[in-house]
Amino acid sequence: MMDSNDTPVDVRLSLRVNGQMRQLDVPPNVVLLDALRDRLGLTGTKKGCDHGQCGACTVLVNGEAINSCLALAVVHDGDDITTVEGLAGEADLSPLQAAFLEHDAYQCGYCTPGQLMSATELLSNRKVGTTDAEVAEAMSGNICRCGAYKNILSAIQETRQQHAGAAID
Amino acid sequence: MRQFEYKRAENTRGAVHAHAGQASAYLAGGTTLIDLVKLDIMQPERLVDVNRLDLADIEHSDGGTLKIGAMVRNTTLAYDQTVQTDYSVLSEALLQGASRQLRNRATTGGNVMQRVRCSYFRDGVSPCNKREPGSGCSAIDGHNREVFAVLGTSEHCIAVHPSDMCVAMAAIGATVHLASADSERAVDFLDFHRLPGDTPHIEHDLKDDELITHITLDAPIKGAGSTYIKLRDRSSYQFALASCAAIVALDGDTIREARIALGGVGTKPWRCKQAEAALQGASATDESFKQAAQIAMEGATPYKHNAFKIPLARKAIVRALRDAAERARRSAGEPT
Ligand SMILES: Cc1cc2nc3c(=O)[nH]c(=O)nc-3n(C[C@H](O)[C@H](O)[C@H](O)COP(=O)(O)OP(=O)(O)OC[C@H]3O[C@@H](n4cnc5c(N)ncnc54)[C@H](O)[C@@H]3O)c2cc1C
Ligand code: FES
Ligand code: FES
Repeated sequence: MMDSNDTPVDVRLSLRVNGQMRQLDVPPNVVLLDALRDRLGLTGTKKGCDHGQCGACTVLVNGEAINSCLALAVVHDGDDITTVEGLAGEADLSPLQAAFLEHDAYQCGYCTPGQLMSATELLSNRKVGTTDAEVAEAMSGNICRCGAYKNILSAIQETRQQHAGAAID
Repeated sequence: MRQFEYKRAENTRGAVHAHAGQASAYLAGGTTLIDLVKLDIMQPERLVDVNRLDLADIEHSDGGTLKIGAMVRNTTLAYDQTVQTDYSVLSEALLQGASRQLRNRATTGGNVMQRVRCSYFRDGVSPCNKREPGSGCSAIDGHNREVFAVLGTSEHCIAVHPSDMCVAMAAIGATVHLASADSERAVDFLDFHRLPGDTPHIEHDLKDDELITHITLDAPIKGAGSTYIKLRDRSSYQFALASCAAIVALDGDTIREARIALGGVGTKPWRCKQAEAALQGASATDESFKQAAQIAMEGATPYKHNAFKIPLARKAIVRALRDAAERARRSAGEPT
């Protein structure tokens, strides 16, 4: 819809963000990344390229990793969003966050929220195999300019193995 | 990003109706569209969101064909059981495209309709006949290495069609189904994308008042082996320099039927029917594969920075045919 000045009117939408229902009014041209950062104050999700080329903006939508820079917020009305702020519990880091710490899986940390979200999807994604090559391939949508890839991979591998073990019990 | 009006379509009719006669674009996964609207290369005044249309199913259809809804995500299609067993070339092509995050959103319809990755098209200022018909092509005498073609080029445009999925579909054989407000039609997949010729801004056969509703794949060739080989500057999350989808069916060591399609080298998904004809009835040896590769690249036009693609594509063809034949042999050896 347009108003009398031919300017698109705000659209009201509801998002479930990290378990909480949030309502916001945004013009249709706002992407999910900017809605989260600028409107909901969730600045953990990072903007790198703004064009789908780096993965810094990765969030989970209904459990799936997507690039929030290429997703209009209005398209996700009613969806369940998880950002990096939603990973840790009250007192503890998520197992993956703890593994990133332990494995020194970052330098500057700018890519880390995106890496964590992408890797979080992988923990429960059984379609992706278990070898280093398969996991590295599945993580290729997250660029790390500091080149922390090796440690990121070992953090994910360790957590994934624990996760698989826990799932069988 | 520019302002636009947003309409969420609830059904195909509604989508077509909201789109027709407007400076409008359908919004599927948005991974091409939002990128290009941000760059102001695509300038829609209205976006018609097709994400809630009931077009997300993969179903078996008449005569062993497979019907894929336009809204089926690339991830879903790649891991579909039938696609993995009967059309592994398609699954492989999809999984070598883009990144996991992008594939989770990218749709079948949107992938077919994705735009070229030419940097002169994307920069918004250089002369580009696709963006501004008649302004010239900056790539022909410019930097023309990665995403520039050697087959199907014209003096007006040399940009590659960047899709991996489409290369596999060109090899398999497919039909694009289109709907407008009051009619439906079907177009052979190989006729859907256009060669640039002297109208590079016309990229496909879709009319303004039409929507892609689904794509049907031809029935799989019995006993065939298939594969997709993609060669690129980095091993993932990168467009092809040259890629090859190959399907081979054997009678003993004789080739009963072969299919070859190329990516990264053509201005549209590139099917090589002459090379296929040369393989039919030949023995499945490297010699035959090399000859087919030679035929496939006949008439290729090298540009300043991409001449290397011609021998590279030949190697991709030989390797893909060899692997596909090996898979056909293995599946023949397996008890059914
Ligand atoms: C960084 C990056 C890397 C990439 N790498 C690769 C790669 O290696 N290989 C590869 O193959 N692709 C690659 N892609 C491209 C990606 O595959 C496409 O962007 C995607 O498939 C488009 O699908 P979509 O649903 O997001 O389309 P959208 O962006 O929603 O739409 C694209 C176009 O199609 C139109 N459209 C959408 N649906 C329909 C329909 N049903 N009927 C008619 N028109 C429709 C839209 O109006 C728009 O013009 C890459 C993209 C990015 C951003
Ligand atoms: S900011 Fe989204 S992919 Fe780079
Ligand atoms: S830690 Fe610096 S970009 Fe990855």
